[in-house]
Amino acid sequence: MNDYILEVKNLQTWFKLDTGTLKAVDDVTFSLRRNETIGIIGESGCGKSVTAHSILRTVQNPGKVLGGQIIYNNGNQPVDLVKYAPDSRAMRRLRGKDISMIFQEPMASLSPVYTIGAQMVEAVAVHQDKKDKKAAKELCMEMLNAVGMPNPEQKFNAYPHQLSGGQCQRAMIALAMVNKPKILIADEPTTALDVTVQAQITDLMKHFQKEYHMSIIYITHDMGVIAEMADSIAVMYLGRVVEYGSARSIFKNPLHPYTRGLLKSMPVLGRKSAERLNAIDGNVPVPLDPPAECGFCSRCTERMPECANCIPRLLEVEPEHLVRCFRYKAQKGENNVGK
Amino acid sequence: MVWRKKKAAVSKEDIYMETQWQLVWRKFKKHKLAMLGATILLILYMVGIFSEFFATQDIAKRSTTAISMAPTKIHFVDEEGDFSLIPFVYGLKQEEDPVTWRKYYTEDTSRKIQLRFFYKGDSYKLLGLIPGDIHFFGTPEPDVFFPFGTDASGRCLYSRVLSALRISLTTGLVGVFFTFILGCIFGGISGFYGGIADTIIQRIIEFLMSMPSIPLWMALAAAFPSTWSSLQTYFAITIILSLIGWTALARVVRGKLLELRNEDFVTAARVSGATDGYIIRKHLLPSFSSYLIVNVTLAIPTMILSETSLSFLGIGLTPPIVSLGVLLQDAQSINTISMYPWMMIPGLFVVIAVLAFNFVGDGLRDAADPYK
Amino acid sequence: MKKYILKRFFYMIVLLAIMSVFAFVVIQLPPGDYLTSYIANLQQQMGQVDEAIVVNLRRQYGLDRPMWQQYFVWMANMFRGDFGESFQWKQPVKDLLISRMPMTVVLSVITLVFAYAVAIPIGIYSARHQYSVGDYLASILGFVGLATPSFFLALILMYYSNRVFGLSVGGFYSPEFQNAPWSFARLWDLCKHLPIPVIVIGLASMANVIRILRATLLDELKRPYVVAARARGLKENTMIYKYPVRVALNPIISSIGSILPSIVSGATVTAIVLDIPTVGSLLYNALLSQDMFLAGASVLMLTAITIVGTFISDILLVVIDPRIRLQ
Repeated sequence: MNDYILEVKNLQTWFKLDTGTLKAVDDVTFSLRRNETIGIIGESGCGKSVTAHSILRTVQNPGKVLGGQIIYNNGNQPVDLVKYAPDSRAMRRLRGKDISMIFQEPMASLSPVYTIGAQMVEAVAVHQDKKDKKAAKELCMEMLNAVGMPNPEQKFNAYPHQLSGGQCQRAMIALAMVNKPKILIADEPTTALDVTVQAQITDLMKHFQKEYHMSIIYITHDMGVIAEMADSIAVMYLGRVVEYGSARSIFKNPLHPYTRGLLKSMPVLGRKSAERLNAIDGNVPVPLDPPAECGFCSRCTERMPECANCIPRLLEVEPEHLVRCFRYKAQKGENNVGK
Repeated sequence: MVWRKKKAAVSKEDIYMETQWQLVWRKFKKHKLAMLGATILLILYMVGIFSEFFATQDIAKRSTTAISMAPTKIHFVDEEGDFSLIPFVYGLKQEEDPVTWRKYYTEDTSRKIQLRFFYKGDSYKLLGLIPGDIHFFGTPEPDVFFPFGTDASGRCLYSRVLSALRISLTTGLVGVFFTFILGCIFGGISGFYGGIADTIIQRIIEFLMSMPSIPLWMALAAAFPSTWSSLQTYFAITIILSLIGWTALARVVRGKLLELRNEDFVTAARVSGATDGYIIRKHLLPSFSSYLIVNVTLAIPTMILSETSLSFLGIGLTPPIVSLGVLLQDAQSINTISMYPWMMIPGLFVVIAVLAFNFVGDGLRDAADPYK
Repeated sequence: MKKYILKRFFYMIVLLAIMSVFAFVVIQLPPGDYLTSYIANLQQQMGQVDEAIVVNLRRQYGLDRPMWQQYFVWMANMFRGDFGESFQWKQPVKDLLISRMPMTVVLSVITLVFAYAVAIPIGIYSARHQYSVGDYLASILGFVGLATPSFFLALILMYYSNRVFGLSVGGFYSPEFQNAPWSFARLWDLCKHLPIPVIVIGLASMANVIRILRATLLDELKRPYVVAARARGLKENTMIYKYPVRVALNPIISSIGSILPSIVSGATVTAIVLDIPTVGSLLYNALLSQDMFLAGASVLMLTAITIVGTFISDILLVVIDPRIRLQ
């Protein structure tokens, strides 16, 4: 039996707009083991962030989680987060306590009118049954030290605009870690930072993972970071997971044409400079009332006739390595066609 | 399915081919309130410009038999209950209240007067040029048909409102024209050159914006020599309004210029040796002309409101010029409005015109950036 | 922060100085100097005026000196509390202003408070429930509020309160309390007279504040820090008031600088229509009768209200916005 802390099954999050239905997340499936990291990778607009917000149930209007399951198992009783109302008490108790999140733009993710300390103490106090400001503050200082914030006492009383981008992200991590969550969702946490700072932040996250035995969902479009961080990988394209498996198997043996394209577009140290990086032709379409076809078929170099007619299903081709592509034929009479 | 896809592809390409203004128009048309506003404005301007034709009579004509009379009722059914497809009005009888001695008017049901389109009435000169005597709607019979009632001198309020529309609506345009020039010059210098000029102009703008405008206008308007002709006062008023009102537009121009000045295509043009004038004409103006139009549209109603307020107080336009504010002067006291509430009708037209301009401005604002 | 406040204070003084020049120009604008009309007025009353009085008056107001010196004489007189004489009222201008200034300020402040108190909840509701029925109603209120000239609104309210309630709405007090000493009954009478002017003057500003707040709050609601706060487990309502609303208040506070002038403007017109004894109606009468000393001083007082008000709003902004405070 696998020890999964979080299982996402056939998740659907749609935005009903005037112009049509934007299927930002349409069939996302993956599982997260305790103490492990899953990397969710894909181009901008493929639904990575919406997936993250669906798990926390903080999808902005008019988006709604309309289908699938999000099973959270903290060791006692597994619960399906999809069944909770977004602003319900049960959901709010999980947010920031069991599941925390850090964001792409650290500076913009902190309120400009409160000090770092005030925002951290509030985050602790929200989940305290008995309010204890002093204990909360001590906890916060401890955490600021732990994230390696220079001058923590001074930074506690500082406003976000007085901090650098890297310091802000450290503060965000401290804010997310202050309640020692079981799961940390990191939504492109290093995209807006300098390369040197990026490494420090990822190291910090690895450190906390070991210390607090937490699981991480790491969302990025950077293959390099994924290779370093993730134990398993889910590749997303146009709101769907198109390939899912261990990091090893995906890097060694990518099955989906899109994953292969992504890997080819990654610079490799020692490659001859005359060799050009491969780019995937075309653009990501907008999933506004998308037709029933493989989302990648318009850009795919290995297209087959059925690709434009129906959506393929996520299929286990190798042990624990699933792919959503018609090139891999179903075995034992299983149907390859999705819904 | 396949056919639909193809069609979609074609129409998308069409959108890429359209000019900026076609895109603006396409988006503007979708804004229902803005289209409503635009229609209302079109009607008001047409009626105002050709007010002599649409009026029922000459605006200066006094009917001694109809002083301060309420709006005439238009009937389709007469006393006997007979329906007539052509609307008609009754003649008037003057009666006197035996207690208060106040004179009032009642309908003389023995006299039925039919209303007609395109009848021959008072002669006029359309736009001061083209002579004519055909009126749009009413009756050739004098002193019986007053759609909005009459004022204390027995003049037809309806005809006067139409004529006032011309003055009030054009004051807005003329005022905005000056505002536009001042705003572009100061905002342009401020945004394009920056430095000390920018600092000084910004301080001036802040200064003017922190002033309560009506007391300032009042003070300036009171200083006009009483010997000035009404046309001179008219222009002086519009200039005063724009002297204080250019600041908002200047801010928009400056902000937009500052933003554009650092855009790559402007730098590229400068690096290739284009002159300032060339860059302003070819690159900057097209980029923010839509914003200018939006802000100009939104500045017109402010002008109209200001003119109306000043004229109402008796320190803006004065008779014999007829503007909506001038007409409202007659409705200043509580006695007048409680006895002759129809004297407030010109105010409704102010509200309608200003609302319409605001709707159009809002629609343009949404449409101004069609690439969003 | 101290530097910022000092800077704003200095700026306020400069604005007041420029304004005094403007007021002086207003006094000078009508043909002939103000003493000429003053003397003409005296002549009308007493027939012949003693030449010595004229010379004396000329010296007192420095009219025998060049223009720029006259300005400084006028200023110096004002600092000594001599604002000149109103020939229309036959009273020192100073006394007239003292009798009217307090209520003018009170009326402006009450209107300002009223406009914000009504507009802020409506603006927040509108932004949180964008495109709801309530939002549309608020937009309609906003449009109509901006489109109705204050004097016209005053006329309509006058007409209806007269028609429906049979109330006279002019002035601050009913006739029996006009010159009565202060008492609870007089205060209550004042309170009964305030709503109409306050609504009339405040409506346009209210509409403005609703628009500003709705627009900024709609922007703020999309910001990452709102999402982040929500992801921390805060209750939705608490989160909204503590985070985006708090930030959206900054532009609202700084809008005092533009709202106050429009309130003072609106109050001027409304005071004339409703016959309220404020500095605005004083200015109006002074201008109509070319009582230029009074007009100049009134303009100066009215603009001083907005300049000082803007300065106060600048300081408020410093207090609530750390981004400015810690510059």
